[in-house]
Amino acid sequence: MRLGLVIDLDTCVGCHACAVACKEWNTSGITAPLTDYSPYGAQPSGVWFNRIRHFEVGDYPYNKTINFPMSCMHCENAECVTVCPTGASYKRAEDGIVLVDQSKCMGCNYCAWACPYGARELDRVSGTMKKCTLCIDRIYDMEIPEEERQPACVLTCPAHARMFGDIDDPESPVSRAVRERGGYQLMPELDYDPTNHYLPPRVHAPIPTEALKKKAARKVKEWVNRVVER
Amino acid sequence: MHPALAVIFLTLFSGGGFGIAALTAIVNDFQIDGGLSPLQTMVAMILSLVFVTIGMLSSTAHLANPKNAWRAFTRWRTSWLAREGVFAVLYYPFAVLYLIWIFFTGGTHDPIGLILANLAGIIGLVTVFCQGMIYAVLRTIRQWNTPLVPTNFYAMGLATGATVLAAERIIMGAPAKTLVGMALVLLTVSAVLKGIYYFWVSRPRGPSIRTATGFNRSTVRILDQGHTFGTFLTEEFGHTLPAGKARGIKVMMYFFAFALPIVALAAGLALAQTTLAWVAVLSVIFGIGVERWLFFVEAQHVVNLYHGRQQC
Repeated sequence: MRLGLVIDLDTCVGCHACAVACKEWNTSGITAPLTDYSPYGAQPSGVWFNRIRHFEVGDYPYNKTINFPMSCMHCENAECVTVCPTGASYKRAEDGIVLVDQSKCMGCNYCAWACPYGARELDRVSGTMKKCTLCIDRIYDMEIPEEERQPACVLTCPAHARMFGDIDDPESPVSRAVRERGGYQLMPELDYDPTNHYLPPRVHAPIPTEALKKKAARKVKEWVNRVVER
Repeated sequence: MHPALAVIFLTLFSGGGFGIAALTAIVNDFQIDGGLSPLQTMVAMILSLVFVTIGMLSSTAHLANPKNAWRAFTRWRTSWLAREGVFAVLYYPFAVLYLIWIFFTGGTHDPIGLILANLAGIIGLVTVFCQGMIYAVLRTIRQWNTPLVPTNFYAMGLATGATVLAAERIIMGAPAKTLVGMALVLLTVSAVLKGIYYFWVSRPRGPSIRTATGFNRSTVRILDQGHTFGTFLTEEFGHTLPAGKARGIKVMMYFFAFALPIVALAAGLALAQTTLAWVAVLSVIFGIGVERWLFFVEAQHVVNLYHGRQQC
């Protein structure tokens, strides 16, 4: 089993709800708290497991805004685990989730240096490295309804841009989505083999914006506007 | 990369300390320039231990949670950082035993003394290799992911050690011709290797903002990083150095790390001036320190691609 996320760049609206839901759940989760530094000050900062960047892809007029949520990719070749000198970072054999044992971490930052995706952030207050747990304290919780046994970010996403599942199972919804939509990994040349995949935007017919035939009512309205202005 | 003083001091001083130990062993093995006297050997080994200890102590200052530092010796099967810790600690008993042996027997190059000295030296050199590999294994930082990194650590550690040893001989008034020659060769080799390194890493390669986002056939620009103020990632990895400024600092580094020590040692030997020997030692430590600072600040982590950098 290889659990991870599939993120749909076509439907992500960049609302940051996943990051907020993640922070809310995990600040009382197994690697809690997600410390904030001067949250109400002029320079707010703090620990987040999920960060959303916004990119512009292509050049005008063929450009497009892409909202880009990133969290731990739970890589198959997780160098962050290999380089950890204390054994605090580990990858679970049964489901591939990469975790940090907070009682063993000495806060040397070496795993963050080894991670190309910026998934690991040092908590200055506890002095330990923190990262996405794939909501391990939700997905295996037998006390909550089965449909809620998913990471907080996936449950909260209003655009259904996030999917959670087993990428090893070729018939799981996530594997099928990756296969059908041409899902890809980030920076494959580094050979980390991340579990999380990204679905590219669908190709739409362009929506014309110039030389449109105007409706009669609109023509009248524009004429009135011009006349009244004079 | 954030140039933390703790890691600069770690690599600078422990590299120099292990260099002193290795060269002390070699000089006493082959009785170069008549070998080191018991007093000279003890001074060299004490200097080596002091240097290594400064390095080790400052490395713990880099830890955010030092109470778990003892666990860093446990994962030596996979982690170069753990291996470095294991070998650095293993160095102490042999270096201290050699020191004690000389103190009580005066035997700098009897069989037992030489076995202890060579074991300390070899363990020190293995530690320097582990130290270089800590950086060289990171595929995320192209400026570090090259075999030239451990090579440079070796060359500079040995050059620092040779400079200290040669200066010690000049200051203590013993023949130092071969030792100074050795130091000059090692300093020159280090300067050349560092030049090769700068040539090798001068051009961007590897991941770009396109492969980082997967839009391989379009131009990609950042619109918003998604946070209003800095994060751990921008504080740790966001540091850069403008090319013009870097060039100026590199010229200064070459002057203090290599040019001045070479001239000062040669002149110090020729004129029998102890002041010049002191100048060489202080200059090489400062210069290699600047080199280490450049090594960290010029390292560009690929996570910067997600903060707007087109290439690293």
